[in-house]
Amino acid sequence: MSSSKCSLCTFIKSSIGRKLVVALTGLALVLFLAGHLSGNLLIFAGAEVFDAYAEFLHSFLHGMGVWVARIGLLACFVIHIWFTVLLTRENKKARTPYMHEATVQASKSSRIMIWSGLTILAFVIFHLLHFTVRIDSDLAALGEASPWEMVIQGFQNPLVTIFYVIAMTLLCSHLSHGVASIFQTLGLRSKKTAGAIKFISCAYAFVIYVGFISIPLSIWLFGFGR
Amino acid sequence: MSLLNLTLKVWRQDNPSDSGRIETYEAKEIPTSASFLEMIDIVNERLIKDGHDPIHFDHDCREGICGMCSMTINGVPHSKERGTTTCQLHMRKFSDGETIYIEPFRAKAFPVIKDLVTDRSSFDRIIGAGGFISVRTGSAPDAHAVPVPKPDADAAFDAAACIGCGACVAACKNASAMLFVSAKASHLNHLPQGLVEKDQRTLSMVRQMDAEGFGNCTNQYECEAVCPKEISVQHIAKLNRDYLAASAREGVS
Amino acid sequence: MSLDSKVPTGPLGEKWSSHKMGSKLINPANKRKFKIIVVGSGLAGGSAAATLSELGYQVDCFCYQDSPRRAHSIAAQGGINAAKNYQNDGDSVFRLFYDTIKGGDFRSREANVHRLAEVSTEIIDQCVAQGVPFAREYGGLLDNRSFGGAQVKRTFYARGQTGQQLLIGCYQALSKEIAKGGVKMHSRTEMLDLVVVDGHAKGIIVRNLVTGEITSHAADAVILATGGYGNVFYLSTNAMGCNVMAAFRAHKRGAYIANPCYTQIHPTCIPVSGDYQSKLTLMSESLRNDGRIWVPKSKEDAAAIREGRKSASDIDEDSRDYYLERKYPSFGNLCPRDIASRAAKECCDEGRGVATTGLGVFLDFKDAIDRDGEDAIRARYGNLFQMYEKISGDNPYLQPMKIYPAVHYTMGGLWVDYNLMSNLPGLHVLGEANFSDHGANRLGASALMQGLADGYFVIPSTIAVYLSTQKAGAVTTAHPEFKRAKNEVRDRLKALIEIKGDRSVDSFHRELGLLIWDKCGMARDRDGLEEALKRIPAIRDEFWTNVRIPGSVNGLNVELEKAGRVADFIDFAEVLCHDALNREESCGGHFRSEHQFVESDSEVQDGTTQTGEARRHDDQFQYVAAWEHTAPGTPPVLHKEELVFEEVKPSIRSYK
Repeated sequence: MSSSKCSLCTFIKSSIGRKLVVALTGLALVLFLAGHLSGNLLIFAGAEVFDAYAEFLHSFLHGMGVWVARIGLLACFVIHIWFTVLLTRENKKARTPYMHEATVQASKSSRIMIWSGLTILAFVIFHLLHFTVRIDSDLAALGEASPWEMVIQGFQNPLVTIFYVIAMTLLCSHLSHGVASIFQTLGLRSKKTAGAIKFISCAYAFVIYVGFISIPLSIWLFGFGR
Repeated sequence: MSLLNLTLKVWRQDNPSDSGRIETYEAKEIPTSASFLEMIDIVNERLIKDGHDPIHFDHDCREGICGMCSMTINGVPHSKERGTTTCQLHMRKFSDGETIYIEPFRAKAFPVIKDLVTDRSSFDRIIGAGGFISVRTGSAPDAHAVPVPKPDADAAFDAAACIGCGACVAACKNASAMLFVSAKASHLNHLPQGLVEKDQRTLSMVRQMDAEGFGNCTNQYECEAVCPKEISVQHIAKLNRDYLAASAREGVS
Repeated sequence: MSLDSKVPTGPLGEKWSSHKMGSKLINPANKRKFKIIVVGSGLAGGSAAATLSELGYQVDCFCYQDSPRRAHSIAAQGGINAAKNYQNDGDSVFRLFYDTIKGGDFRSREANVHRLAEVSTEIIDQCVAQGVPFAREYGGLLDNRSFGGAQVKRTFYARGQTGQQLLIGCYQALSKEIAKGGVKMHSRTEMLDLVVVDGHAKGIIVRNLVTGEITSHAADAVILATGGYGNVFYLSTNAMGCNVMAAFRAHKRGAYIANPCYTQIHPTCIPVSGDYQSKLTLMSESLRNDGRIWVPKSKEDAAAIREGRKSASDIDEDSRDYYLERKYPSFGNLCPRDIASRAAKECCDEGRGVATTGLGVFLDFKDAIDRDGEDAIRARYGNLFQMYEKISGDNPYLQPMKIYPAVHYTMGGLWVDYNLMSNLPGLHVLGEANFSDHGANRLGASALMQGLADGYFVIPSTIAVYLSTQKAGAVTTAHPEFKRAKNEVRDRLKALIEIKGDRSVDSFHRELGLLIWDKCGMARDRDGLEEALKRIPAIRDEFWTNVRIPGSVNGLNVELEKAGRVADFIDFAEVLCHDALNREESCGGHFRSEHQFVESDSEVQDGTTQTGEARRHDDQFQYVAAWEHTAPGTPPVLHKEELVFEEVKPSIRSYK
């Protein structure tokens, strides 16, 4: 048992091990996004359906479900960030810069992963304070009564909406590289599947992007829910 | 034959502890049929004539196979031409009046010795850690004793085409050596002769790679794009897989 | 000193096994006490260092490159021969032996060549076990191709990179031993002198090329596996760093140089394009399996092609001269290298050359592409075609390649006996650096075979013959000879750097190379050689008074490295020309214009051979010419080792 523990430590400390941790936590977060989006899109089905969905989430497993999910997600999120920051710091140390830098094929998205990631972190903190903790007392009151109303109200503020859209754009960028990267790091990518994986990755990022921004934009630009 | 006039911005560094700087040289009347290294020969010949120290650079076979030449040309190791080593690059790929930046391969694990010459012995140590099959001379069975399926033999060959130049590391924004390490591991792990030591090889090589101070792979595939032998990053995927399996087996046994 | 080849007695096929049985062994506990220096890390040196370490010896291995993996063995493209007879086409150890002896124009030692053929099969086994990815058939078994000078398919290959794959196999074995501690590797380190103690080679003086530090290394035996001297011609297919210094330093310390005039000019290289050219690139001989070599029949057509008024496709079939197929119908484009090279030279001398310089012939794949399809040709030679296109800018799928012979390999080298030991006790020489197995001409795919045979299978057995007579560790660097040699090395470097003349090292090298190519290249004659011998001392004098080497002896200084090598090339060139002058016959890679068959010869009349072919004089020259160094400026002294043929009868080498 002790030797297997030790092997796990060695594995986690190795470059490939750390990347694998990032890939697996990333995968969990990617799947969460799909679930989160499908739930959110219920907003277009009307207040009743949406509020019932919110109610279901909070009562699932006698109210335990939402906490299990929150703790799990938080763990993935923290580990994902912690390990990428570790890896990035090592990466910076490993390289001496060129006087004349050039890139042959790496996408812009892949090169700003740490920045898109950290922006998403900032967004998530804001997002949780905004809709979950509800630091805004007006929203807090609405949230208890109708989550649907809270969302509609929440996106009346243009600054909130703009920040939301920017964050989703960076999330899209992050996913376009991240999803494909999961396959490579898990050893599931080959010459033959490379094209399909790239397509899946971009398509997934695009769907998530369009799905999430459709809500604030509908509310803000087209007056949805008013 | 047409001639080119070029401006070279070359990294000059007297020794490993020197901080180094870019210096500018005019390369006049360079024949387009000359190779890139021959262009530097011409510039060096003139530098020597004028009493200066010539630009030091690694090179040997000048036919794209020894892996010694190692220049970053306009920010791209071995230049932006695909599947080419610096020594195979010819001046017909440049145009008159161009400015060319020439720098060494840059990575913490490849310290500069002088000018464009770097120390890539970290690669040798990675091979020594496990990039071999332990077979004593004279103890081999007949070559036909173990047939190797052609797809495996071909895959092994594709990986074995690596010339160990280090362009993959130099091109990587993180100076990761994953393409080099995975190519060697994949070459041997694909063959029945290499299966016996597969786990040990995979673990040892990756650990040595980490110890040498290379960065981590972030799947941007710059390495594949500059590899003069066009080695595929699918070997990296295989290494990730093999490493996970080897770690798991090490953990439970 | 007498030249005793120490060839064992007994029938040819049993000499090697009975020699191994009869030789003394060193027990494992004692092996550990012996230290062996190996200079060079190519196929011969690398395999020797790895194997000797596996046996238990302490090995110190040196190479000038930054890693042992970069030795120039890596550039060999075509393949490696072995008498496996996997194709069931009638191959055998004897046939490989015979082909090699005949290919070498009956100028090599029977016993050595037979041993080479015997161990060839073990090499393939060893390499496959190491993971060398040889080409395979769909059934999973090894594939073979045919090569020049043979009518069986016995060449194992790994696409166009056989040398690379074999060297990497060898480098892996070496790396394994380095990691275990059996081999101490000294990369970026160049041997500058051999240390001889009481007549025995007991160490070397080296320079660390990075720091400039000069150090001494003592051992119980020294092995040189430092490759050939092709760069004496300046332009060759060798790597830029290939040099004769280690061998020539040994020569100056008493080792004989044998048959230096046997130099191989490879027929299929990319022609020279300008005076800035630093090296020539070989296109593998395997291309001759499918490519057809031709020039236009008429000088006018050739001139039109040279001037760009016509292209190859404008010359119709009847106006082409497929000269190899015409002259040598049974071997055709696959005749041996020396013959193919000379035939190309003849065509160009007649004014039928097709490159802009007039020095080039076509190697045409059109028929093969029409027959097998472009994809099949791409699968066979894709990387070579790509290489050609990068260098020349022309697409060989659409127009024929232009090729011309270039210096490629040197059959001569330090003289060694059957145990691969030179006349200097303790000094062993392997691979291209020795003279032993290829006679006057080497067949394709035999160099890799010889390097690995020497390193993996021969020296590990035969070095014990010498070591068993020695007390381990008897000589250390404390011996005054080491100090003396080290001071001489220092003085020489200092002398070079203090010349501070006007000309670069390369300019001297180029001048020397042009002279040797002109007078001692594909065809030689007395007048030319005598003129070369007059001009070399002048080059040397100017070199030692007018060379300019910037920088200092400390730290990395490539000009200083090159200067040391060129200085030895200049001296070596004299030995080369003396040998070529002495050998009043034509054989293999040594073609003396005075000695060729003419119309009136009976051999031509009866159809055995044809005019212009090399004419040997077995009655006078059936010997190995081994040259002893004398004082600087005086000619070397000739020693002869008579060649005795017990098994084969030397005949006129015909590939008609």
